[in-house]
Amino acid sequence: MQQAPYSVPDYASQIRRDIIRMVTSATSGHPGGSLSSTDFMTVLYAECLKQTPGQWSRDGRNMDMFFLSIGHISPLFYSLLARMGYFPVSELATFRKLGSRLQGHPSVENGLPGIHVASGSLGQGLSVACGAALSKQIDGDNHKVYVLLGDGESEEGQVWEAAMFAAHHKINNLIAMTDWNRQQIDGPVEKIGGVGDLCAKWKAFGWRVITCDGHHYDEIRQAYAKANEPQEGPVMILMHTNMGQGVDFMFDSHKWHGKAPSAEQEKQALAQLKETIGDY
Amino acid sequence: MTNTGNKDTRSGFGAGLYEIGKKDPRVVALCADLIGSLKMEAFAEAFPQRFFQCGIAEANMMGTAAGLAVTGKIPFVGTFAEFATGRVYDQVRQSICYSQTNVKIAASHAGITLGEDGATHQTMEDIALMRAMPHMTVINPCDYNQTRLATMAAAEWKGPVYLRFGRPSVPNFTPADGPYEIGKAWLMEPGEDVTILATGHLVWEALEAVKILGAKGIKAELINIHTIKPLDMQAIIDSARKTGAVVTAEEHLVAGGLGELVAGVLARHCPVPMRMVAMEDGFGQSGTPAELMNVYGLNAANIVAKVCELR
Repeated sequence: MQQAPYSVPDYASQIRRDIIRMVTSATSGHPGGSLSSTDFMTVLYAECLKQTPGQWSRDGRNMDMFFLSIGHISPLFYSLLARMGYFPVSELATFRKLGSRLQGHPSVENGLPGIHVASGSLGQGLSVACGAALSKQIDGDNHKVYVLLGDGESEEGQVWEAAMFAAHHKINNLIAMTDWNRQQIDGPVEKIGGVGDLCAKWKAFGWRVITCDGHHYDEIRQAYAKANEPQEGPVMILMHTNMGQGVDFMFDSHKWHGKAPSAEQEKQALAQLKETIGDY
Repeated sequence: MTNTGNKDTRSGFGAGLYEIGKKDPRVVALCADLIGSLKMEAFAEAFPQRFFQCGIAEANMMGTAAGLAVTGKIPFVGTFAEFATGRVYDQVRQSICYSQTNVKIAASHAGITLGEDGATHQTMEDIALMRAMPHMTVINPCDYNQTRLATMAAAEWKGPVYLRFGRPSVPNFTPADGPYEIGKAWLMEPGEDVTILATGHLVWEALEAVKILGAKGIKAELINIHTIKPLDMQAIIDSARKTGAVVTAEEHLVAGGLGELVAGVLARHCPVPMRMVAMEDGFGQSGTPAELMNVYGLNAANIVAKVCELR
């Protein structure tokens, strides 16, 4: 892993600007969850993930792997990958447009670096990550496999099939994170699907659970460090976050799960987010 | 071609999986609590590090296989055809086909010959589902020997494969060494009066039909369509041009099956009169495989009857 040239807060602020600009330009997309996952995902890519952007390969051999199960937060994923050097930042302007490698939800069809599998239909990423982690065990490759889930996504049954499978097979090179932002499209998660106490649920499924303020950089670093200690089985980091973090009128509101800002709202949002590295 | 002794096609899969597993260390296998039914014991015992018991959780199994494939393995997932298709359609679509992961779906107990378990388990629409899926290759071999060869060919084929086979013991009549090539139809009996295109368990019935027709002075041409997708269109068009009449035979619903597929090809390239031996819209029922094949007309007698309708 190379030392990232900017500080985590500088990356995070620029990435939040990219998210707002991409979604506004596309007139569609998912800003709320992109903003809630920005801080801990930036720490992951800037400081923890053992990957070198120019040497990334889809088979993930001899490197850490990351799977995005909540494919709808593609604005964050694409901005993060571009800002870390996986592909040109200028390509962010093509998000959701005809012929773009930056499809509405991540796709492998056009070979965008950083993406191992398609995601968007929820509930599938943890299973795929289990397979990749088992493959690394067969190969004697000691790198880790990371995967990001959503709290709303955890209403999908397949998540719990995978939870049971990973614990049963003691997959100890697997680090899952949940963006616990408490909101989903139709409203607060507790009013819609009632995932309840995720901490108790994952523990009951046989996972080691770490909880963390997903917007507090030092806590995030400590959580990743703990998750990387030798384990007997899989680890879940529950990231306590806020939907729309960083933009006041989107903060903690399900209404911004999957809606693009107007031009006026874009201006208001960008006024709250410092341009640190330079807009694309 | 003669029956060298009845065998189940699923045992052909088990034998092929073990052989290719011995040869290629990239081959791994996953099963959802059906190791015995899928005949995966030999592989599981010989290669425990490369075998994963997934429990009764097929959606997770499909995703896990996709993850193994992304990282360079060649996973075979084994379960019943119903659970390998309808139950996990979205997982197969997103994590396997759209993601272009090299997963081989081994689907046993396909069709009505699953028998006594009844309609909950008798999928008669799996070919329709799987052939509609972009990037999917669909294979439906006819006997033990062909299933064994198709399994090994699937491992070497690049991309997702749906490999369909069955539960009952049926005649084993093709040579142990093939020929077998994915995507290339096999002309088993040359003829000039009518073309019979058969797939899966119906190939043996079609061979019997060719004999009965021969006794009536009708020279039928029989082509074994072991690969539904990619379909060997040229072989079908050439034969239809020669004989001017086509009958298809399959253990599947009319909807989305081989017959409709062939009808589409002929309508575009070489319209000739045709008939379909397949199950009409509806679910199956409990019974022995032989009883059910007769009740739904999936047999040599009905193939002969359909040929006679065209004359």
